Amino acid sequence: MAEKGIYTKRNDGRKMDEVRPMSAKVGIVPSADGSASFQTGKTKAIAVVRGPRTLHPQHMQDAKTGILRVNYGMMPFSVEDRIRPGPNRRSEEISKVTEWALSSVIDLSGFPNTVVDVFIQIPQADAGTRVAGINAAAMALAHAGIPMREMVSAIGVGKIDKTLVIDLDKYEDSEFHDGEGSTDIPLVMTSRSKEIALLQLDGKISIPEFKAVIEMGKKACDNILKIQMDALKNITGEGNE
Amino acid sequence: MVTKGRQIVVPGEVIATGNEFLPGDGAYRDGQEVVAGRYGIVDNYEKHVRVVPISGAYYPRRGNTIIGTIVDITFNGWLIDFGGAQNAFLPVAEVPRYINRNELRDFLDFGETVIIKVWDVKPRGIDVSMKMRGFGKIEGGMIIPVNSNKVPRIIGKEGSMVKLIQGAAGCEITVGQNGKVWISGKNADSEIATKKIIEFITDNSTVNGLTEKVEKFIKKMGLKINKEDSVEIIAENTDGEEQ
Amino acid sequence: MSNYIMPNLQKEKIKDYLKKEGKRLDGRAPEDYREIVVEDGVSKNSASAVRVKIGKTEVIAGVHLALAAPYPDSPAEGTFMTNTELHPMASQQFDIGRPGINAIEMSRVIDRGIRESGFIDFKGLCIKEGEKIWQVFVDIMAINDDGNLFDAAGFAAIIALGKARMPIYNEKEDKVEGYSDEGIPLNKEVLSLSMTFHKISDKIVADVSKEEEAISDFRLTIAVGDNNGEPRITAMQKGKAGTISEKDMQNILKLVEDKWSELFPKIKKYVFK
Repeated sequence: MAEKGIYTKRNDGRKMDEVRPMSAKVGIVPSADGSASFQTGKTKAIAVVRGPRTLHPQHMQDAKTGILRVNYGMMPFSVEDRIRPGPNRRSEEISKVTEWALSSVIDLSGFPNTVVDVFIQIPQADAGTRVAGINAAAMALAHAGIPMREMVSAIGVGKIDKTLVIDLDKYEDSEFHDGEGSTDIPLVMTSRSKEIALLQLDGKISIPEFKAVIEMGKKACDNILKIQMDALKNITGEGNE
Repeated sequence: MVTKGRQIVVPGEVIATGNEFLPGDGAYRDGQEVVAGRYGIVDNYEKHVRVVPISGAYYPRRGNTIIGTIVDITFNGWLIDFGGAQNAFLPVAEVPRYINRNELRDFLDFGETVIIKVWDVKPRGIDVSMKMRGFGKIEGGMIIPVNSNKVPRIIGKEGSMVKLIQGAAGCEITVGQNGKVWISGKNADSEIATKKIIEFITDNSTVNGLTEKVEKFIKKMGLKINKEDSVEIIAENTDGEEQ
Repeated sequence: MSNYIMPNLQKEKIKDYLKKEGKRLDGRAPEDYREIVVEDGVSKNSASAVRVKIGKTEVIAGVHLALAAPYPDSPAEGTFMTNTELHPMASQQFDIGRPGINAIEMSRVIDRGIRESGFIDFKGLCIKEGEKIWQVFVDIMAINDDGNLFDAAGFAAIIALGKARMPIYNEKEDKVEGYSDEGIPLNKEVLSLSMTFHKISDKIVADVSKEEEAISDFRLTIAVGDNNGEPRITAMQKGKAGTISEKDMQNILKLVEDKWSELFPKIKKYVFK
């Protein structure tokens, strides 16, 4: 682990444990029940919550609780090659893992037979779109007044050749192939119990390296939580009708 | 320790520490700590701590006064849209006079607007009534949709804000707790002015000293502050009462 | 698509105000547009992406250029496609899934307005006759529906086209390598602006609110281009079941001229800034 790799300097000049400039805003879609945006570097995510509302068709309803439904998608112009509108295998999977991550902190038992819809859209992508989307979605759910035990904060961590990094950009995530290549680990932490609500991994990493990079991710999530909380606390004149 | 003032808290945030504090609505206990279980403003009454929502959808509660629209007529009552997750049901027995089951439509027709009271909230539906005084069909005027969480701000302490608006714009105002505000004025100017003041309040609902800001806004519109006490407020401000 | 529910008293009030006061519920005159706000650079990964707000109605439109083979019947011309997504994030009334008829109609009306005006220089999008051309995509995403998405989408489409950067084509490797500083080939002098008018009670209303949109008798979208300073119609679409009387038509055409001379210079500035 102490072995020095070839990735000694980050492409954009950041320190290995430094995130990109981040910002967040709450109340961006006036007609929604809750909405928020989250940006890290050039990656932008917006999340909109509608509900609780009656779930149709009726046979999908649960008489004991409301249901969370997440729909993640990238806007056609968010990346260099146009994305065809509509769902694909990648977006379906991200929607599902996001749904699990958010379900871990919300409580819809007070709203039987209803659905809470979370729509996540990416206007501009530079890697880390699912974690940016989850950061926005957690704020939007809070903004929608949904009962939540705690927040979740999300970050992409990873390893470029032998170097542990956080908040990978597109170059690090998908264009670096030298040495040991790129390992990408989206991570979601709950804000109070400090548990892992989403974990995926794509690449090669030793167990000590994995432990170390998760620690880096946890620290980053603490800082992201502050950004989310600031946005929620400094809300001004949002619409919502 | 307990947080002070109109403080906004975020889910998972500690509001108070100590066994003496009791978590109310929107809060929960975790060991020594009372923690926010939703996003909103902290409201503490003695050792009782709760979180009042400031945004999000409307959830009906028993006893709420709401304004809705007839969307369907069944063999024994009316279905009413009030902007909630499901429609409310007004049984034929819950209207002030006897209605023949074949004449439901003559009494309340599709698209008509009613002020009703939430009688029961069940998983499968919401029952409402309009048997009491002050409830029934409304005609004329217009509906201004607002976020239901801002209703307490529109009403003000003991109806002070509604009185302020009525005094300035000369409009009749009924505030439904579901965020439907019905207004009716003597002319279009009075109604448009009322609408603008209400929208100003909802846009500035989280600021301190809202009353003075509204007064300033009213003066800027060229209207006079004229406090009248003769108005009847049907929807009581339940902020601080609901538990 | 669930219905937008509106109480009768609100419908009557809207009609009453228009008829007796010549006013709308928010105080606007029938022909007034809400404030139009444009923001560029929403996505730097595509040729362009702009945000357009009309009041609280909001859309984002982005332009992409992709390499393709030409159609056999026009071997020396590029192609153009408009796609609108009425995404459920924008409205309680929109559903997830394949584009519904409203999204398809909107795409086609905007597409025709731009295509028929001659704004896009299709010959200029040809790389090698019979073999390689540029395909231009305009993708429009509804973000918030507070009425008149039609015009917000139409404005956003032409502004996004005006701001689009030309990709750099590497012929040897047959691929795209980033963007140049140049715009895409456009015939700037024939820019066409699409405006939508609705008939409510006895008035013709521009830039409708969501409530007004729900109760109008008909809508008429008119794309108007610049013909040496004179407005020239390039596309029209009547929507909804109501019929247009001769007097309505006269009123609309008069309004088109007025609104065109007011809005066209404003929007034009955004397109070519």
